[in-house]
Order: sequence, then C-alpha cells, then structure tokens
Amino acid sequence: MNIGLFVPCYIDQLYPDVAIATLELLEQLGARVEFPTAQTCCGQPMANSGCADVAAPMAYRFVDIFEPYDYVVCPSGSCTAMVVKHYEHFFSGAGLERYRRVQEKTFELSQFLHQVIRPERFEHPFPHRVGLHQSCHGLRELRLGQSSETMTNCHDLMGDLLAKVPELEVVPLSRKDECCGFGGTFAVAESDVSAAMGRARIADHAQAGADVMVAGDMSCLMHVQGLIKRDGTPLEVMHFAQILAGRSLQVNSLEKVNG
Amino acid sequence: MSVSTIDHPAAAKQFVAEKERMQWHDMALWFVRNKRDRQAETLPEWEYLRELASAAKAHTQANLAELLETFERHAVAQGAIVHWAVDAAEHNAIVLKILQDNGVERIVKSKSMLTEECHLNPHLEAHGIEVIDSDLGERIIQMRGEPPSHIVLPAIHLKKEDVGDTFHQHLGTEAHASDPKYLTEAARGHLRNKFLSAQAGVTGVNFAVAETGAVVVCTNEGNADLGSSLPPIHIACMGIEKLIPRQADLGVFLRLLARSATGQPITTYSSHFQGPKPGGQLHIVLVDNGRSKIRDSDDFREALNCIRCGACMNTCPVYRRSGGHSYAAVVPGPIGSVLSPASDAERHSSLPFACSLCGSCTDVCPVKIPLHHQLLAWRQEIARQGHLPLSKRLAMRGASMLFARPRLFATVGWLGRQTLRILPRFLTHHRFNTWSVEREMPPTPKTSFRKWFAKHRAENVSLPIVSVSADQRRESIRTEKSS
Repeated sequence: MNIGLFVPCYIDQLYPDVAIATLELLEQLGARVEFPTAQTCCGQPMANSGCADVAAPMAYRFVDIFEPYDYVVCPSGSCTAMVVKHYEHFFSGAGLERYRRVQEKTFELSQFLHQVIRPERFEHPFPHRVGLHQSCHGLRELRLGQSSETMTNCHDLMGDLLAKVPELEVVPLSRKDECCGFGGTFAVAESDVSAAMGRARIADHAQAGADVMVAGDMSCLMHVQGLIKRDGTPLEVMHFAQILAGRSLQVNSLEKVNG
Repeated sequence: MSVSTIDHPAAAKQFVAEKERMQWHDMALWFVRNKRDRQAETLPEWEYLRELASAAKAHTQANLAELLETFERHAVAQGAIVHWAVDAAEHNAIVLKILQDNGVERIVKSKSMLTEECHLNPHLEAHGIEVIDSDLGERIIQMRGEPPSHIVLPAIHLKKEDVGDTFHQHLGTEAHASDPKYLTEAARGHLRNKFLSAQAGVTGVNFAVAETGAVVVCTNEGNADLGSSLPPIHIACMGIEKLIPRQADLGVFLRLLARSATGQPITTYSSHFQGPKPGGQLHIVLVDNGRSKIRDSDDFREALNCIRCGACMNTCPVYRRSGGHSYAAVVPGPIGSVLSPASDAERHSSLPFACSLCGSCTDVCPVKIPLHHQLLAWRQEIARQGHLPLSKRLAMRGASMLFARPRLFATVGWLGRQTLRILPRFLTHHRFNTWSVEREMPPTPKTSFRKWFAKHRAENVSLPIVSVSADQRRESIRTEKSS
C-alpha cells in the first residue's frame, strides 16, 4: 500500500509535528508513506475568496502529483473536502476521468483509518480530558460524523478513534458542533465575529473541564490557539493524529523543534 | 443601481462590541434552534419530509407557469380576484388602487416579508393610508421606525426592557415596565381598536395550493385571522414561489414550517382562504420581483424553495453574533445573503462573505437549499462581476503563483517564520495585521515538515513522482481538458 501524504500548506510550514505524527501513525500501522514535495496548497483560500480561476491550477497540480499513489491521505477535513467535493467543475473530458480516479482514493485521515486500516486500539495512553471540536468541513462536507442539525445516524469517526486510546476521557460540550469562526479569509474579513465565535467555543470547552481541544483540522485550532494565547486560557489544542501517535499534552504550545 | 455598498464587517463590529447584548442575542436564538432540534427529533421521518418538500418545490419550479395558471383558475372560480405584479412598484400600485377604489383609509397588516421587500408601508402612507402592523413584534418595530431584524422574530434584537420603553412612549404604559404579560396586554388593547376600525386587511401568504386555489396563512397570534375576517376586504400578497402543487403537499410543509421556525409542532393558526367571505372581497396579488430571474439560474434556483422559516438565521453563528440589522437587507442571514445579491450584487457584495462556510444553514434547512454552497457560488459571481476589492484579487493571484512554485513556497515559508521569530512583537502584532488584533500569531517552528521529511525519510523522496516535472503533467491535463 503506497500512500501519498497530502499535507496542508499551513501544517507543512507552521505545525510540522501534525504531519510527522500522521506519517508515524500510518507507518506504525504498516503503510508505506511518501511525501511528494511538489505539493503546496489545495487552492481553497482562492476558491473561497471567489477566485476560482486562480484556484484551478492548484487542482490540476493536485491530480498530477497524487495520481501515482494507491491512496492519498490528509490530516485535514477542510483540505480533503476541497479536493473531494469542490474540484470537479475544474475538469472535463479525460482530465475529469483522471480527477475522478484521484478523488476516489483521497481520504481524510480518520476516514482512511476507519475505512481502510481499521486499527483495533492505540497503544499510547492519554490521561487527559478531551473536548472534541468537529470541524465544519469534516462534519458537513465529508460527513465524518452526524451534524446536530441532521436526524440521520452516522458514526463520529474522530470520537470512535479516540475511544480506542487508553485513559482518554471525552467531556460533553453544550454545543457539540458549532463553528469556531476560522473560516479561512473570514477570520480576517470578519475578524470581530470570528473572534467572538472562537471565544464562545473556547468557553464551552473550558466549562466542560477539557484540558485540550482536539480536532481534525489544525486551521480551526490555529485560530483557537491564537485566542487562547492572547487571553491566557488554560486550554491546549491538539490534532487527533498527535494523540494517536502518542504526543504529550503540551506538544503545540511548547514550540518544540523537530529538526 | 447601487446607492451604497453594505459594509457587513463594520456593522458586525458594532454589534460584537456590545458584548453582553451580543451574547444574549446569541443565546436567545440558540434557544430557538434547540427547540427546533427537539421537535425534529420527534419525527423519525424528518429527513424524508425534507426530501419530499424539496422535491415538491423542484417540481413547482419546473412547472411554475402552468401551476400558477391552475392556481389562478381555481382561485377565480371561488370568487377571488387575482392580480399579477412584475415588480415591487406594480405590486404597490395594485394594492393602493384596490384601497383607493374602495375608499379605504385605515388598514391592518399581518406579517409579510413580501410587503417588506416591496416597501408597501411607506408607499401607502405617502398616499394618506394608515397602516398598522398587527403582528406584535412587527408592531413594536413599526413604532420604533426600525426594519425587522429577523423574518420570523422581527424584534428579536430587542429586550423586554426596550419594548417597555417603546410602549411607554407610544402607548402610555408605565415607565420602565418589563413584564411581558403586562406589555402584551397593553398591545392587545391597542391592537383590538385598530382591528375594529380597519377597513381592509393585508396579509402575507405562507402557501398557495395550485389544485385548490387556496391561500394558507400561518400565525401564532391569530392576527391574520382578525385582520382578514373583521374588515370586508382581504388582500393577500405573495411571491410566486409560495406555490405548492397539491393539498397533500401542504401537510408536508406545515409539519416542517413551525418545527423549523420556532420548534412548535404546528403554528397556532393555519388559516385556509378559498374565495371571499359573503359580501366581501378577496384579492390575491402574485408578485415576481426578480424571482423568475433566480428561477432561470442553475446556481441559485433552489433558493426559491425557501418557506421563510428563519431556521438558517437561528442556526447561523455569524447572524447570532452580528444581528439582523448588520445585513441591511430585507431578509438577513444565510438565505438573505443568497437572495439580496440577486437584486443588486454590488450593493450586497459583502454579504456572501459574512459566512464561515460552516454549512449549518444547509443542514438545518427544511427544504434542503444548499445555502452555503450558494453563498460560495455568489462569491465567484461577485468576483466575475468585478466587485472584489483589487487588493484581494491581487493577493489571490499572487498566492496562486506562489503555490505553483514549491521551492519558492518553501523559501517564502521559511522567511516568514524567521521574520516572525526575529521581529519584536510590536512589529508583528498591530492593527494593520488584522489576524493579530484579536489573536496571537501562530507558532514559528524552525523547520517545516518538508524539510524534516527530506532529512528523516530521504529514501522515500526519490520516487518517480518527485522527479517528473509537474509542469509537463499539468500541460497534459490542460490538453485533455480542452480537447
């Protein structure tokens, strides 16, 4: 099984440990993982700003780069959703067929673990209280869980995986899937509302007694972490891959260097 | 066409600044959203109902002309007078003429987003007709001279103390009164006189049934019933998208409407009007006002499914924290941000961006309008029409060029991290760096993942994909695409 690791641009540059944890996790589970270095960004910032024309080259690049792999795995619901749900209109004819083949084998990390690898349990204990932050694109584009608005039953993939981690306790939130307010350029264009939304999520996780807010999208957590640091809130943020790979609670706040 | 451009972020900033009020507004609407969840959970067939409603609306839009004519035929056969208005001006002129022909000087009106859209009240008032909004929330904001901030809960931006002040000023209630029962009683007494003296009643329409020619009006206060029953003339104003094909479909929509809107199983009153009462007149005004244009658009057609339940507002985390008035549009919130640009894209160009694309509106919508995808589609359309700020267009073009060059991307990323590390805080966290106004900057690790990978997994870097030129492959895709 040859996996092409699709690493979101901001994880590559700002949260390398999330990608390293993803890589180690997949390797531990027996996969052969490559990181094709031609990759950069999926194009979502451009597309969501209304500039689909300049996002299109990113889509063409993506198919070029990831076509040779058996699977494409990404530790982000949002970037995966961009590729799987929002690329189609960039392609036509034979290009569309090539895209469809890549689309079919592109997975968000929890999807891939759940559908392809199916690990029974994870070894590293995590003796902390965890608040689950469901990223909107993972939840409502990829359906990695049941959104609170819909009345159909489906698995919470991240929750199912974390249930297999020894000593980990999930705390109940009052709003289990409200948006954190990151929203890409929204965070800057509507900065005030964005910050208010983020602070509301942080307050919810804090009142639930969480030690750490855990998500499948580091972009939500980058925004939340910025607010936590500004306000001095005693709450950590972690990608679920970091927990599964056995990282410590403070991994993202200690500015650990992974050189 | 655009008088001025709406600046949603600026209006939202003001709303957020009043922190306590903003949090109260958020809680008040979240409470309604929760009630809706509890009601939806009681129906095992909830998702099936949404499918049915969406399909019935799709069928209606596909056969709109025939169904409208069927509706007119049945309504006329029962004695209603049906009028057709191409736009707001024609709608207002029709209503005014009916009133003037009958010597009407005083009317009561129940809640109707269509008459808000057409600005009927100022038009009638300019011609000397007294218009009293009879929905309690509408009456409150009418006294205050404000537009509604929500389509179902028009005065949701006001606290009961605000209502007490308004009633003290306009109805002479005790100063600083805030007891809802006392204030409601005062409003009842005041409105009762208005109902009794009105010479005509204007109502909105929730549904018009093509096969029966009936119009259906849903309220909780019974104000539409009083307003249409006491005076001899009833004028029902409706957008052409209110049509549904069959009486059987009505059951689906009534079950969805109140549950989605306020978390009630059904509205207190669901009144069916078929023909005028003996000796009276029933006028039905069918209004297009841009709806045909939306119907013609593949991207936005489903927006006409809307039954004006307001669930997308209650669930929208941006609406709850920016308030309905920040949209400066007749219909605020997600559905408003889809509908408003259809009438004037430049004026409303900030609205589709007043959205984090969380998709909650799409999932809550009882008629399955893909709201957040339509907002995304509007962003493309606004860019195509040239209403994006130049700075944004250039930034995105620059980003695209950078992302097409992996080595340059890696270098720029490294430079950015080094700069953030070295510079003193006051040079990185200031008001021109909008991110840093409310938040700290992200961490600045010494190494990127790609650098780490090259060092620690060197054996995996040498695979063919890395050595093959991405440019060549891209060319091949383009060729296939254009052929």
